[in-house]
Amino acid sequence: MTSSTTAPPAAKPQPPRRRKEDRAPREGGMAALLLSPTFIVLVLVIMYPLLSALYQSLFSAESGLDANGFVVEGESFVGIGNYLEIFAGGESGRFYNALWNTTFFTFVTVALETVIGVSFAVAMNRAFKGRAFLRAAILIPWAIPTAVSGLLWRWIFQSNGIANDLLNTQILWTAEGFAAQVAVIVAEVWKTAPFIGLLVLAGMQLIPEEVYEAAKLDGANAWKQFLSITLPLVRPALLVAVLFRLLDSLRMFDLPFVLIGPRKSSVETLSILAWDQSNQLQYGSASAFAIILLVYVAVIAFVFIRILGADVVGDADKQAAKQAKKQAAKFAKEAGR
Amino acid sequence: MTAITDRAPIVSTGAARKRPRGIGGAVTRWVGIAIVAVYCLAPFYWMVVSSFRTTNDIFDTSLLPTTWSLESYAQVFDSSNDFGRSLLNSLIVAGITTVLALVLGIFAAYAIARLNFRFKSAILAVIIATSMFPGIAVVVPLLRLFTDIGWINTYQAMIVPSLSFAIPLAVWNLTTFMKQLPHDLEQAAMIDGCTKWQAFTKILLPLAAPGVFTTAILTFIHSWNEFIIALSMANDPAIQTATVAISKFTGASDFQAPFGAQMAAGVVVTIPLMIVVLVFQRRIVEGLTSGATK
Repeated sequence: MTSSTTAPPAAKPQPPRRRKEDRAPREGGMAALLLSPTFIVLVLVIMYPLLSALYQSLFSAESGLDANGFVVEGESFVGIGNYLEIFAGGESGRFYNALWNTTFFTFVTVALETVIGVSFAVAMNRAFKGRAFLRAAILIPWAIPTAVSGLLWRWIFQSNGIANDLLNTQILWTAEGFAAQVAVIVAEVWKTAPFIGLLVLAGMQLIPEEVYEAAKLDGANAWKQFLSITLPLVRPALLVAVLFRLLDSLRMFDLPFVLIGPRKSSVETLSILAWDQSNQLQYGSASAFAIILLVYVAVIAFVFIRILGADVVGDADKQAAKQAKKQAAKFAKEAGR
Repeated sequence: MTAITDRAPIVSTGAARKRPRGIGGAVTRWVGIAIVAVYCLAPFYWMVVSSFRTTNDIFDTSLLPTTWSLESYAQVFDSSNDFGRSLLNSLIVAGITTVLALVLGIFAAYAIARLNFRFKSAILAVIIATSMFPGIAVVVPLLRLFTDIGWINTYQAMIVPSLSFAIPLAVWNLTTFMKQLPHDLEQAAMIDGCTKWQAFTKILLPLAAPGVFTTAILTFIHSWNEFIIALSMANDPAIQTATVAISKFTGASDFQAPFGAQMAAGVVVTIPLMIVVLVFQRRIVEGLTSGATK
């Protein structure tokens, strides 16, 4: 995961900066001193748990009779037994269901959030008078704790609540099944689409107005301008926003937990499944689930960064700015013709 | 983070622009504003309105309560709930997490943003990558460790795991802010006779104060909203945080889910955040768009 985030920017060294850096004194010793507290803590709260989870996932909690008829309690080494059990054992249905739910929620919510977020950014970019108000409004879904928004939507989706009232339906949203999934998706999209909107808006406001002027002179209508100017130029901001949302949705826990509840198969995500296992002291399989989720998150991050080239670290700052300028110049030139 | 961040005056650039439009443009513009506002505010509004209804009218769907009542709030702060205690717990856990993350983050960010050494991007990438960690992968092993060492139902059992997302968030934000400060500052100070440390504390830190403050707000909001760690590490109502308490909220009666009280509790937990958001919206937007994780 780490190497993937650095690789694209690092592959393109910037010659002028390099030379300047070589002249400056190296300050590695001081940097190491300043960075070490952070790394010590990260080793304790990230590395240790990770290795510990890997180790624990190789054990299974057992209580049973051994060959001599004695009761054995404790843990036995099972190697990759937990993983085999998860992927092919009798309970594997629950895992595949959680894997599917996680994937389904992630891709549906992120797709909806992206569309809604980008439309919001467009609307906000055009709003001059109401912008301060909108900026405050759009932060509200973001700032509400997910647990609270879970409660809030459970209230809205009550059988005799406002949602059924407005839709004139009698759906049991918060029970089980597809309706429950819809409830989770609606609540998740509500909370997070504004975040994408904010990031995209920030990207939009860096597009020089002249680019649009030029395109207008060229006769491009609003939709054409959006497709050929706005979208390509906000792409870096949008990619980073979507990447964060993808990785965040993959570990979704609070919302289905509070809105629908634990051990509901239609909304059980991998995080909830792992939590439930550890709650029942099945640390071995809980750790295995956590490791599988971690690998899944890492793979998605890797694929996303490699294929779409999302720049998370920010090394490509200057390059992106340069590219934007070039694009602007190109449009201006084309318009001039 | 991207091209946007280096000069992200999201607040100022827009106003300078002029985009003349006809009446049709104005109408679509206001429709757009209205849609965004209703989308963001309607559910929150419903929570607030419901919290002021009486228990009997709770299922009313009128836009304003027919009878305004503080009944639900009285239920929330009923002594049997200990909700005030949960708020205090949240404040302690989120506050200490924020302070620790900031202290460590300032040093790390200073090193990454202002010092010259190798593997800089790799180090920043490692720190950012850790923030992508699924919380559950940290919670499961630590739950076991904390059970063994008797840390369950303590503040540190919630604070230490929270650092796993708070530190990357703080380092990342602070690095972005510190990178934006002019690069000759410390050199000038050192020519005037400051040591590196003095240049850092007397020149850089005061200039970075707005960034530190923004980072503090963001880290605090994330820690305040944290759920899975607090849920796993504490089951004693006296120690659990507000987000967990609220999810287990049963109110005074067991007969029906106390929706009014739940909404009132939700409002109480959210109000401090709302105030922060309204007062510091510019800073928050700046911080979010320049490299936040959520």
